[in-house]
Amino acid sequence: MTPSETTAPETTAPAHAPGSYPLISVRNLCKHYPLRSGWGFKTTMFKAVEDVSFNIMPNETLGLVGESGSGKSTIGRAVTMLNPPTSGVVAFEGVDLAEQNAHEMRRMRKRMQMVFQDPYSALNPRMTVGDYVAEPLVIHDLCASAAERRELVAGLFAKVGLEPRYMARFPHQFSGGQRQRICIARAIAVKPSFIVADEPIAALDVSIQAQVVNLLQDLQEELGLAYLFISHDLRMVRYLCHRVAVIWKGRIVELAPSELLYGNPLHPYTRRLLSAVPVPDPAIERARTRLPQVAGLPDDPDSHDLVEAEPGHYVARGAL
Amino acid sequence: MSDLSSPSSPAPSPTGKPPLLEVRDLKVEFADADSVVHAVNGVSYTLNEGETLGIVGESGSGKSVHVLAMLRLIPMPPGRLAGGQVLFEGRDLLTLSDAELRKVRGGSIGFVFQDPMSSLNPSMTVGRQIMEPLQLHLGMGADAARKRAVELMDMVRLPDAARRIDQFPHEFSGGQRQRIMIAMGLSCRPKLLIADEATTALDVTVQADVIELVKELKREIGMAVIWITHDLGVVAGIADTVQVMYAGRVMERGPVDDVFRDPRSAYTLGLLRSLPDLSAPIGQRRRLTQIDGAPPDMRAPPPGDPFAPRNRYATPRCFTEQPPLVQPPGAAPGHLAAAWYDLPALIAAETTP
Repeated sequence: MTPSETTAPETTAPAHAPGSYPLISVRNLCKHYPLRSGWGFKTTMFKAVEDVSFNIMPNETLGLVGESGSGKSTIGRAVTMLNPPTSGVVAFEGVDLAEQNAHEMRRMRKRMQMVFQDPYSALNPRMTVGDYVAEPLVIHDLCASAAERRELVAGLFAKVGLEPRYMARFPHQFSGGQRQRICIARAIAVKPSFIVADEPIAALDVSIQAQVVNLLQDLQEELGLAYLFISHDLRMVRYLCHRVAVIWKGRIVELAPSELLYGNPLHPYTRRLLSAVPVPDPAIERARTRLPQVAGLPDDPDSHDLVEAEPGHYVARGAL
Repeated sequence: MSDLSSPSSPAPSPTGKPPLLEVRDLKVEFADADSVVHAVNGVSYTLNEGETLGIVGESGSGKSVHVLAMLRLIPMPPGRLAGGQVLFEGRDLLTLSDAELRKVRGGSIGFVFQDPMSSLNPSMTVGRQIMEPLQLHLGMGADAARKRAVELMDMVRLPDAARRIDQFPHEFSGGQRQRIMIAMGLSCRPKLLIADEATTALDVTVQADVIELVKELKREIGMAVIWITHDLGVVAGIADTVQVMYAGRVMERGPVDDVFRDPRSAYTLGLLRSLPDLSAPIGQRRRLTQIDGAPPDMRAPPPGDPFAPRNRYATPRCFTEQPPLVQPPGAAPGHLAAAWYDLPALIAAETTP
């Protein structure tokens, strides 16, 4: 990668109002995995994520949608450096995360947290949930005394709608929605400004999903959080996210404010994806028309560049 | 419960024929050393030939357990059929001999389960797995069964079936494996197909393909379908009749349009309102209405309406007495709800101050 490539061309970087700086800036992010072919030694590269660039502003929710295997979770893990990218730049408040040493990175991690899909496997079954929520406070040495820590954890429990007296219980004593609240309490314990939420409601019942989505919205308002919300629930993404990026085969094919994306999808893949979303209204469902499979678009290097089709609405050049 | 021991008012069959399936006061329990979980508590309904019934509810509502129990597919013990009858074409499945029941399972009743990877045998080619019910139930020879298996794979739109029949499950994608499950479920031209969260693990595009396929096959074969899901959008798209379950009971059932337009159970309303309403422009959208609390502990089910503790419309009677599943005043024919309160009146009172 040449230095000139690390600064994204204007066409791949959604512009924002002058005077506002992105919290997260991702440029030309790639994640490749080697695949061994046959018995020989020749390895080919599987390009899980290819040349992805986007910004997230403070207090903004960016949705990442796409099918399984499209690379959306890989992007989430690369942005937080849990699984560092093969190439490309992830800048947090202007600081290139790849250039941080272990000590500096630990300090940065305090600012960015992650909430995972499965609150059953994310929790440690042998740890009380109070200790689990307190763990990041201990690791980052944020409390002077055990009493102060208990008080902070009790406050976090109250904030996510759990009774502080549950602190001494173990994960198996909680329902799925309560466990996801515990994971969220731990994520906000270190006062982050950015949370990657990877399918945080997919494992929950419908009635519980609303509880968690409302909590995420309330916390955003209260703490000024920015979210990268990864989900395959396209209706919930439209409801919750300010802007949405559509991932197809490891690339962003369309990125726009959610009402523009849902109201005027430009990429054939986006249109097909949206036409498949079930709507909880029998009359609309009867009138549904599905769009056909999207054939591969021309695969010359330029066709993947994002161009601004209308203000704030970016789409792969090949789709136009 | 006496008012539930017979189906409250079976939907009239358009042809005047007896219903294909009649579930009467089905009760299922799971017992361990010191407690009994009352998983299904007196479920009664009928299903006509060619009808698609969508069953919705959350985990623990009994929606899956009651269909598994119908075909005695729950482990017994700890499971126990605590009462009721399941009449399929007039015969009680719960009292059939094991040999007779095996003829029904996979024969006139086909199944598609949620997880195709754990339902398929990884060490057997998909062809042999599709052929097995054909040879067992229809007595086909190997050649005829193989020919039919290729036809079935074509029917579920698996490309290049003649070659892929000798491949193993791991060589197919998740959506293709689900199609193989559907091919197996349909192999003996069942009169009833039961699909339990059959598309939940699939991407929306693949889910839409599978639902489209089931609708087409319904038109071709004319089978009845029980489609179990937690996704109200899927139910709106596939079902003729929808049935909402909670705590092992039917809370509401009726024609799909009526239940979505005019819900009579507060639980149904809660499910509908917990979904995002995208009709209003951004900034003016209603906040999601969450259902606070959690489902009851089914080791000690509450005496009255099981949803009462989470229901803001609950009346004192809801906490003490189980409401029967009946047609509420003003509801469409065949639209039944178990509620002591008058939901439309309560909603109207909220909107007009």
